[in-house]
Amino acid sequence: MTRTREWIYAWLLIAPAMILLVLFTHYPAVANLWHSFLSTPKGSRPAVWVGADNYVQLVEDPIFWQALQNNLWYALGTIPVSIAIALLMAVWVHGKIAGRGLLRLAYFTPTMLPMIAVANIWMFFYTPEYGLLEQVTKGLGFASHNWLGSKSPALASLMVVTVWKEAGFFMIFYLAALQSMSPSLAEAAAIEGASRWYFFRRITFPLLMPVTLFVLVNAVINAFRLVDHIVVMTRGGPDNATALLLYYIYEIGFRFWDSAYAAALTMVLLAILGLTALFQFFVLERRTHYQ
Amino acid sequence: MSAIVVEGASKHWTTGDGKVRAVDRLSFSLDAGTLNVLLGPSGCGKSTTLRLIAGLEIADEGTIRIDGRDVTRLPPSQRNISMVFQSYALFPHLSVGENILFGLRVRKVAQDECERRLGQTAELLGLSALVNRKPGQLSGGQQQRVALGRAIIAQTPVCLMDEPLSNLDAQLRAEMRQEIRALQRKLGITMVYVTHDQVEAMSMADRVILLNGGRIEQNGAPVDLYETPANAFVARFIGTPPMNLLPLVDGGAGAVVDGTNGPVVLPPECAGGQLGVRPEHVRITRGQGLFATVEGVEYLGGDSLLACRAGRSALAVRVAGSTALARGDSVSLEWPGGAQHYFGPDGARAAPAGRTSGETMLA
Repeated sequence: MTRTREWIYAWLLIAPAMILLVLFTHYPAVANLWHSFLSTPKGSRPAVWVGADNYVQLVEDPIFWQALQNNLWYALGTIPVSIAIALLMAVWVHGKIAGRGLLRLAYFTPTMLPMIAVANIWMFFYTPEYGLLEQVTKGLGFASHNWLGSKSPALASLMVVTVWKEAGFFMIFYLAALQSMSPSLAEAAAIEGASRWYFFRRITFPLLMPVTLFVLVNAVINAFRLVDHIVVMTRGGPDNATALLLYYIYEIGFRFWDSAYAAALTMVLLAILGLTALFQFFVLERRTHYQ
Repeated sequence: MSAIVVEGASKHWTTGDGKVRAVDRLSFSLDAGTLNVLLGPSGCGKSTTLRLIAGLEIADEGTIRIDGRDVTRLPPSQRNISMVFQSYALFPHLSVGENILFGLRVRKVAQDECERRLGQTAELLGLSALVNRKPGQLSGGQQQRVALGRAIIAQTPVCLMDEPLSNLDAQLRAEMRQEIRALQRKLGITMVYVTHDQVEAMSMADRVILLNGGRIEQNGAPVDLYETPANAFVARFIGTPPMNLLPLVDGGAGAVVDGTNGPVVLPPECAGGQLGVRPEHVRITRGQGLFATVEGVEYLGGDSLLACRAGRSALAVRVAGSTALARGDSVSLEWPGGAQHYFGPDGARAAPAGRTSGETMLA
C-alpha cells in the first residue's frame, strides 16, 4: 500500500518536468525522424512513405556536402583560436593591472551583444569601397578586397566575427576558474623559483583542463548552432561558400518548403550534436577528474 | 650566528580609510638552528612578517637579512628558503611524489638525484607508500606531511611555516607538533613558525615573539613569557586560562583590589596599576585572605577551575581534582608573594617598592 503511494508520489513529482521535456524535446525529435521517411505533402497530395529516399537525396546532394565541409572548417577555424584567445585574455585580466575592470568589460562586451547586432557592426567593417577595413588597407596601399562578396575570403571573414564574439564569453569561464584557484599555489611555486610560463604550463593549464573541455564542447555545439550572422551577412553565398549546415536546413525547410528533406538534414545535425554530448559525458568527464 | 635579522621592517596597506600599518618598525634576530614562533591574535601582523621574510611581500622600509645577506628586495626564489602554507598549497593534479619534487624539477635536478632525495624524504615522513597517490586521496595529516616534504627536500637552511596545523583536528595537531619539532632538530633547520595558538608556541618554540598591532609585545623563551610577562597584554595572552589581572585602588593603608575593603595587597603608590597572579598560584585559605564569591565551577578532570569574583574583578582559581565548592559559595583567597606580578597604569611590568618576594601574601 505505502509502496504504491510512494510510487504515485514520485511520478507526480517528476511529471511537470517530464511532460514539458517529452512535449517539446523528445516528441519533436521522434516526429522529425518519422517525417524524414515521408515525402513532403504538397497541396492535395498527402505525405507518403518513401523509405530512405530523402537520405539517398542527401548523399547525392553536393550542396549538403559543401555545407558540412564548410561547417567543419568553420568549427576547426573558430574553436581553437577563440579558446586560445579566451585563455590569454583571462590570464591577462586576472593579474594585477591598471584598469582591470574596464578591460574585463571590454572583452565581455561582444558576448553581450546579440549576434544580429554583431553582424551589422562587422558588415560595416567589411563593406567594399568604404568599409573600415577597406579604408585601412587602401590607406596602406594594399589592393582592395570584397571580403564577403568573393568566394575565398568569405568563410574566413565570418570566422573572424565568430571568434570576436565567442572569445569573450569563454574568457568568463576561464576567469572564474582562475579566481577560484588558491593564490598560495602561485606563491608556493614562486618560492621554488618557477617562472610564470613554467607555472602556467605545469600547474595553471592542467588545472583549467575541466574548463577547457567544457568550453570545447560548448564551442562545438555553437559552431553548428549559431547562424544568425550568416542570415545577415552573406545568406550562405557567394555560391554556397558560407552555407553552414543549419543555414542550409533553414533554406530547404523555410524557403523551398521541402520539409521532408529538411527533416533528413536535421537528423544529421542531431546526430552530430548527440555524438558531441556523448563524447563529453562518457569520455571527457572521466578523463579530467584528477582528484 | 643570527640566521635571520629583521631591522625596522614596516609594511602598510592602503585601505578605504587610510593607511593601516600591518607591521610597524619590527626588529628581531633569530639564531640558526632554532625554532622561532611568531605568536599573536588575528591581525597582529604575524603572517605579514612571515611573508616579508619569504619575499611574498616587500617591506616598505627596513631591512631583512638571511645568513648575513641582505634579501630585502630579492624575489622569494633567491632567498634560499622553503615555506609551508596554511592551506598546504598542494597541486591537486600532481602525485605526492611530483608535489614533493616540484622545486627540484623547476631547478632541473637530474632524475636519479630526484629519485634518491624523494626516497629519503618520503621515508623520513612516512610517505613511502603514498608517493603515487594524488593529494585528494590523502587525509589532512598526510597532506600536511606532503607539504612538509616539499619544504624540506630543498634542504634550505630556513623553513617558514604559516599556521601549518590549523586545519587539523586536536589530536593530530599534538602529534604533528612533536613531529615538526623533531624534524627541525634532526635537520638543524632555522624555522619561523606562525601561529595564533599559544599552546603550539609554548610547547615547540626556542623563542616566542608575541606580536600585537604590528609591534612586538615580548620576545623571549617560552618560560620568560610565562613567568615574567613584560606587560599586561602578554600576561593575558599566555596561559589557559590566562593570568588574573586585578585593578588596584587606594584603600587608605595601601593598594587594595578594586571593589574590596582589603586586605592591602601592595604599597599605596601601586594604586591605579594592576596586580597579576596565575590561577594555579591562588590557594583557598581558612585564614584572612581576599574575599571572593564562586560564580561557577568547571571540572576538567585533573583539576577544576573556579570562576570567582572579588570586588569588581573576575578571577580564575585552579584547584587540584574535583571540588565541593559550588556557585554562590564564599571563599578566602591567598597566593605567595613571589607569584605576584605588578603592572603599572601604562600596562608595563614594574617592580613595586617595599615588598620582598617569597613572603606569603595577604597576612
